[in-house]
Amino acid sequence: MTDNTRQKQPSFLEYQGRYKGILGWILSTDHKRIGLLYLYTMLFFFSVAAILGILMKTQLLAPGETIMGPQTYNSFFTLHGIIMIFIIVVPGLPAVFGNFFLPIMIGAKDVAFPRLNLLSWWVYIIGILIVLTSQFTGGGPPDTGWTFYAPYSFQTPTNVLPAVFGAFVMGFSSILTGINFVVTIHRLRAPGMSWLKMPLFPWTLYGTAWIQILATPVIGITLLLIVAERMLGIGFFDPALGGDPILYQHLFWIYSHPAVYIMILPAMGVISEIIPVFSKKSIFGYRAIVLSTMAIAFVGYFVWGHHMFTSGMSGRALFTFSFLTFLVAIPSAIKVFNWVATMHKGSLHLHTPFFWAVSFLFVFMVGGLTGLVLGALATNVHLHDTHFVVAHFHFIVFGGTGFAFMGAIHYWFPKMFGRMYDAKWANLGWGIFFIGFLSLYLPMFYLGMMGMPRRYYDYLPEFHGPNILSSLGAWVMISGILIIFANLIRSARSGPRTSEKNPWGGKTLEWQVDTPPTLENYDEIPRVDETPYDYRDYTGIDNPNN
Amino acid sequence: MSEEKTHIVPYKTQIVVLIVLLILTALSVAVTQLEFGSYNTLVAMLLAGAKSVLVLAFFMHLKYEKKLFPVMVAAVMVIFLLVLFVTFFDYSYR
Ligand code: HEM
Ligand SMILES: [Cu+2]
Repeated sequence: MTDNTRQKQPSFLEYQGRYKGILGWILSTDHKRIGLLYLYTMLFFFSVAAILGILMKTQLLAPGETIMGPQTYNSFFTLHGIIMIFIIVVPGLPAVFGNFFLPIMIGAKDVAFPRLNLLSWWVYIIGILIVLTSQFTGGGPPDTGWTFYAPYSFQTPTNVLPAVFGAFVMGFSSILTGINFVVTIHRLRAPGMSWLKMPLFPWTLYGTAWIQILATPVIGITLLLIVAERMLGIGFFDPALGGDPILYQHLFWIYSHPAVYIMILPAMGVISEIIPVFSKKSIFGYRAIVLSTMAIAFVGYFVWGHHMFTSGMSGRALFTFSFLTFLVAIPSAIKVFNWVATMHKGSLHLHTPFFWAVSFLFVFMVGGLTGLVLGALATNVHLHDTHFVVAHFHFIVFGGTGFAFMGAIHYWFPKMFGRMYDAKWANLGWGIFFIGFLSLYLPMFYLGMMGMPRRYYDYLPEFHGPNILSSLGAWVMISGILIIFANLIRSARSGPRTSEKNPWGGKTLEWQVDTPPTLENYDEIPRVDETPYDYRDYTGIDNPNN
Repeated sequence: MSEEKTHIVPYKTQIVVLIVLLILTALSVAVTQLEFGSYNTLVAMLLAGAKSVLVLAFFMHLKYEKKLFPVMVAAVMVIFLLVLFVTFFDYSYR
């Protein structure tokens, strides 16, 4: 292509394909549009699940029935969990930012299988619709919790089957995305980009994709076994039929523990992108981060039993799983040291994405260290199924993956939409959110240690004080979320336009393409001979447009 | 990106593999006459495993692909076996 046609290329947002209007989005095979489709879907369902969460916290404002009864509360935490886990954080960062940026960051025009990519989104939507039917049909909304533990999941009169089947269907979407990304990374890296020149976000997507491919089928089969048990009365898990309920827990967590790494690895990748850019310093220990990513992906397959310490496994299994759980914490800690060392003596630029990244470090460490408290056998007996667990995983899933998601959107926003958001509102939103977050979840650690169980609509009067703090925190946090979302949505529609290619001074390839990117990202595939994040040439003088 | 090479497996190899597969099948029927106690499953799995390796290597062309592919398939199998192994820390010692 010659240079004068170069000027006329429309961005992917304006590009007019075969279909017009909404069809041009929901039938588009452009990885960037598909990424945005996931983003909008998730934004919507996140709001639904967040409202459920706020209502639950309001119920817990005082002991006894305040705004809902036990059955409603049970179905609320079930739907809240199913949406947040299966619809938001499992597809999460790979589906949105992986789709949008993986091809660009490795110098490709699209993913390896663009149509499969679109199919993944459709399968995901169909899965969601199936889950939603469970709310309005049959015996009423399921009340099992997102874990569908046997034997309750086939004894409850509520409508478990559609929920389970919907989760099964969404699993296919996850597997297809995984396959797509593995092939894309193997086959479509730009010439010269050897494995160790690949940026870290694609590396974490690679680890994640393998987990998606290898672990998701296990949950698929397990959920089908529930269906068989409920419909045909075959005894896999029901002791009355000769089954073993602990087998269900094994199968469920053989998927669901690796799934927590599906959630957190890409988040770690995003943080590894943001920190060097806003520290103007090469990432510390690139290889260590790559190795620890793959180590987490690998060891993460063998620790699932730590969810079952009190379920009646054999003693040897207890030791083994506790030991392996402690092992998997090592590579996570390595990364934290790498990030902190990257900032050391860097030239810190205090923009919104950096705030999210630094607060990620804090909440992730609280989440990880309390994970060790839960991974130790003796303390687990005391804390299992208390609010301590709820606090642990919200710190790490919401605090970890959620903060990274917010960091990612504030980092890549100008590139994605060709518009800039209002930094003041973004920072204010972050501050309010962070304070609300801490006040919502920190008291739960204390409550758990004092013995307040999880998954109850009521509690003993002595737990009242910390619960008030926690419920108020929920309202503060939601105000922060509202500010952030309002700012982003307004800016995406009418914020000041920018075609600045590299507003933050990033070194990875996505900062060299047009803003917003054109349909095929590149006119000419670049050659990559440098390692990413090389800031040795940083002079201390920033881009004046910044 | 890399130029695609197609490899044509000669008929002779195909037939030899087929015969070996048939022999292994006969063998797996034959061993059911012998009693290995709790190792019965292990023996059956080993024979089945040998057969799948042949099918993967020759009929599915894994032997002629770049090294990477057999390594990946093997890695997946290793993870699967390790998951089974770890599960039996529970079931064998309850
Ligand atoms: C240092 C790393 C980690 C350790 C040692 C760890 C340990 C644990 C343990 C032992 C439990 C079970 C507690 C119980 O029910 O008695 C647990 C629960 C949980 N963890 Fe972690 N964890 C770690 C990291 C993560 C990460 C990275 C995520 C997700 C991104 C995560 C998400 C969860 C979830 C969702 C649960 C609760 C599941 C449920 O019962 O509903 N954890 N963790
Ligand atoms: Cu786990």
